[in-house]
Amino acid sequence: MHIPFCVQKCLYCDFPSYPLAHLAASYIEALARETELYRELKVGITSVYIGGGTPTCLTLDELERLLAMLHRSFDIVKDAEFTVEANPGTVTAEKLKVLLRGGVNRLSFGVQALQEELLTKLGRLHGVKDVYTSYTLAREAGFANINLDLMSGLPEQTPDQWRETLGKAIDLQPEHISAYSLKVEEGTPFAEQERAGTLLLPDEDTNASMFVSTAHMLTAAGYKHYEISNYAKPGCQSLHNLRYWHNESYIGIGASAWTYWEGCRRGNKADVERYIEDMYLGRSVVAEQERPDTGQAMAETMMLGLRLIAGVNRVEFRNRYAVDILDIYQAQIEKMQKLNLLEVSDQAVRLTNKGLLLGNEVFAEFV
Amino acid sequence: MDANLIRNFSIIAHIDHGKSTLADRLLEFTGALSAREMQDQVLDQMDLEKERGITIKAQAVRLMYKAKDEQIYQLNLIDTPGHVDFTYEVSRSLAACEGALLVVDAAQGIEAQTLANVYLALEHDLEIVPVINKIDLPSAEPEKVRKEIEDVIGLDASDAVLASAKSGIGIEAVLEAIVAKVPPPKGLEEAPLKALIFDSLYDSYKGVIIYVRVMDGRIKPGMKIKMMATEKIFEVTEVGYFRPTMTKIDELTAGQVGFVVAAIKNVKDTRVGDTVTDAQNPTPEPLPGYKQVTPMVYCGLYPIDSADYDDLRDALDKLRLNDASLIFEPETSVALGFGFRCGFLGLLHMEVIQERLEREFDLALITTAPNVIYKVYKTNGEMVDVDNPSKLPVVQEIDRIEEPYVKATVIVPNDFVGAIMELSQEKRGVFKNMNYLDEKRVMIIYELPLSEIIFDYFDHLKSRTKGYASLDYELIGYQASKLVKLDIMLNAEPVDALAIIVHRDKAQHRGRILCEKLKEIIPRQMFEIPIQASIGTKVIARETVKAMRKNVLAKCYGGDISRKRKLLEKQKEGKKRMKQVGSVEIPQEAFMAVLKVD
Repeated sequence: MHIPFCVQKCLYCDFPSYPLAHLAASYIEALARETELYRELKVGITSVYIGGGTPTCLTLDELERLLAMLHRSFDIVKDAEFTVEANPGTVTAEKLKVLLRGGVNRLSFGVQALQEELLTKLGRLHGVKDVYTSYTLAREAGFANINLDLMSGLPEQTPDQWRETLGKAIDLQPEHISAYSLKVEEGTPFAEQERAGTLLLPDEDTNASMFVSTAHMLTAAGYKHYEISNYAKPGCQSLHNLRYWHNESYIGIGASAWTYWEGCRRGNKADVERYIEDMYLGRSVVAEQERPDTGQAMAETMMLGLRLIAGVNRVEFRNRYAVDILDIYQAQIEKMQKLNLLEVSDQAVRLTNKGLLLGNEVFAEFV
Repeated sequence: MDANLIRNFSIIAHIDHGKSTLADRLLEFTGALSAREMQDQVLDQMDLEKERGITIKAQAVRLMYKAKDEQIYQLNLIDTPGHVDFTYEVSRSLAACEGALLVVDAAQGIEAQTLANVYLALEHDLEIVPVINKIDLPSAEPEKVRKEIEDVIGLDASDAVLASAKSGIGIEAVLEAIVAKVPPPKGLEEAPLKALIFDSLYDSYKGVIIYVRVMDGRIKPGMKIKMMATEKIFEVTEVGYFRPTMTKIDELTAGQVGFVVAAIKNVKDTRVGDTVTDAQNPTPEPLPGYKQVTPMVYCGLYPIDSADYDDLRDALDKLRLNDASLIFEPETSVALGFGFRCGFLGLLHMEVIQERLEREFDLALITTAPNVIYKVYKTNGEMVDVDNPSKLPVVQEIDRIEEPYVKATVIVPNDFVGAIMELSQEKRGVFKNMNYLDEKRVMIIYELPLSEIIFDYFDHLKSRTKGYASLDYELIGYQASKLVKLDIMLNAEPVDALAIIVHRDKAQHRGRILCEKLKEIIPRQMFEIPIQASIGTKVIARETVKAMRKNVLAKCYGGDISRKRKLLEKQKEGKKRMKQVGSVEIPQEAFMAVLKVD
């Protein structure tokens, strides 16, 4: 479920998000209507993810309504993984209590960096102190599964600063860490600065070495590297995100949310006002959709599955598509093996350590 | 039609001096086009011509003008290209006319190419009608320009027409001057047909459409005509003129200009410059015709996807239908596979052809750096023409190499004389002459190797004179130079398509800059790629493209899947536009890198 509101948009963000305003109330009503459409669904929901934007910038009331509508329309199974994204500084003890009461059992904090100067350059509203305050509040409220989002490759970030961020994050002992490398997206202020030549990004080699030190430090601290950018303590991998990487089905609700259901991918309109209006008038909110044929579905399974350190499981692939992965992708796999980017075991086809850094070169072979 | 009421004329002008706008105004004034039909620069029909503001193909259009003497005149405007590359086409157009408007910008004065074209017109005995254009510009100095025309060209400019095509000033005066000063065509309607082909165009429905100037006799549908050079005979199905849309008429008679359709399938049967006559009653003597055009600049054209080779050949064939100056023959390159070595009139001509192939025929091409033709005298007494650097014989077999030289005429404000001299010396030029056109403008003449002109002389000329200099050049012959072949190796493999021929004293510098440039252009790949420049076996410069270290999408969640897949597909497409040479993927522009070095 997408909550496209933020107090302020960050300089690198290309997600559709709006300053929190009068729209929130009517948006939540629209979400309720879209959720209502799934009333008859006979499928148990094993994971929920409310992302943003900044879901935690909603009021107590709004959060309560949100959670209630989900429980009303969906059969959310017991022990389902239920995540809400939060930005440091936007949580209070009361809000956390509401979330817990509504079945939320996992929080994901957008920390990004632990140096004031870097946070300022990113256009983040929170400071380093807010991270500690919010994290402590969450633990005190009783959250036992917390993720921290961190970012490397930031403008003027040094490898030392990145290692400092990782070290301090490890000290907090979250269950999960997502360590992303900044990508400058079109249409963001960063993209403009880059064109103007004022964005001083670390070069490719520095980025690569930051990626490598991430893996070293987090693995040494007991986190398992299970996806290109994701690390977890044993048993704490994100079940929700694993659905995406296993190319399984999911339902998306809200403006610009994507659904993959019964073989069809569809994306809702990104414009919040259009989304609200269409939902109120009972019109379709779908902006684009496609139904991947088997070839494309297999390609997507590869593109997603190879992101996992475990790779694409050969038995599961055969069960799903009735072909052997090594037959259908013989040429691609051999080519990538020669370049030492892919490796094949009895169980799986997976990226090598070198391949992890050059994933796009590999994925492109399959799409 | 009474030939005394016909006027055939061209317009000679420097780029930007307002030729196309003037042509538009003349069309508008004479009602050849209603204001509604009027689209700016009607005569420049190709998209490319409009975008670049240049005229490439000659066009012909008929205007009917009721003059102040109450007579209705038929004015045939034959448009001419203004760029030095297309001097040959200018010459063709001029041969079909009795007069020419010389359009000079009132603020800029005479430029080098204008001068060259005026001399061409004088060679054809044309009556020149000076028009001083843009007189309403604040910086206009019509009197100064009038004096310049008199002093530099030696024309009487006392009754030059003062005009502003843009504002519509003086248009009628221009038309009156054409009627009064351009002589009517001389020719005998009753004599056997004698018509000059001054251009041709291929139309997929009608076949070859030839543009003719009828000198003697008449031509009409049903008549059998003979091309005197090729001796081919065709039956005329249609004749007419351009207004500027194609308009059919019953016949074209002596003195007139128009088109002829005769179910001509093969453009080779209709050589531009050839004489058309009546097959039953031929004229005894053909017209003098044109000199065969000689390409000055050569480059290799290769399809990125070798499967497109046949399409490229067909496309070149089609372009050649309308452009006799384009020549090509198949060649092979170790690096690039099968392609064509093409000869062009100059760099602009080359770029135009290349762009048309990509746009009109949707071909993805690699163009190798342009070069001139070298005359290589071998120790065994043989002489070979080398149009491709990779074909240069081995050093031991070479006695000497000669390269083409040109006489370059530069017109420039006197503040920049030093800059021009400095540049021309750098480019191995030999100073010949310098004249003051007036107290501020100077004409400088240098002899320069043509290879330096096509390399970057013109770019520097423009940048070092803030755009004020104009250049014209003509081939004057071959001279011996100390030239060597510079080879480029990628990943230790020589890439023949990157080899260049360069003066020995400049090889070191050029090699170093070229390696640096290639390093910028060639993207990082899975492995490290050494780039080396060498003369013979001696490496004179080297650079390295480091191996790719990191290229991976950091995030891919539920909302990203379609978008990221498309992104990867696009990256893959981008790769297909690169040429795989050995194990290295080389972007198209790398092959032109040699032109982009300073």
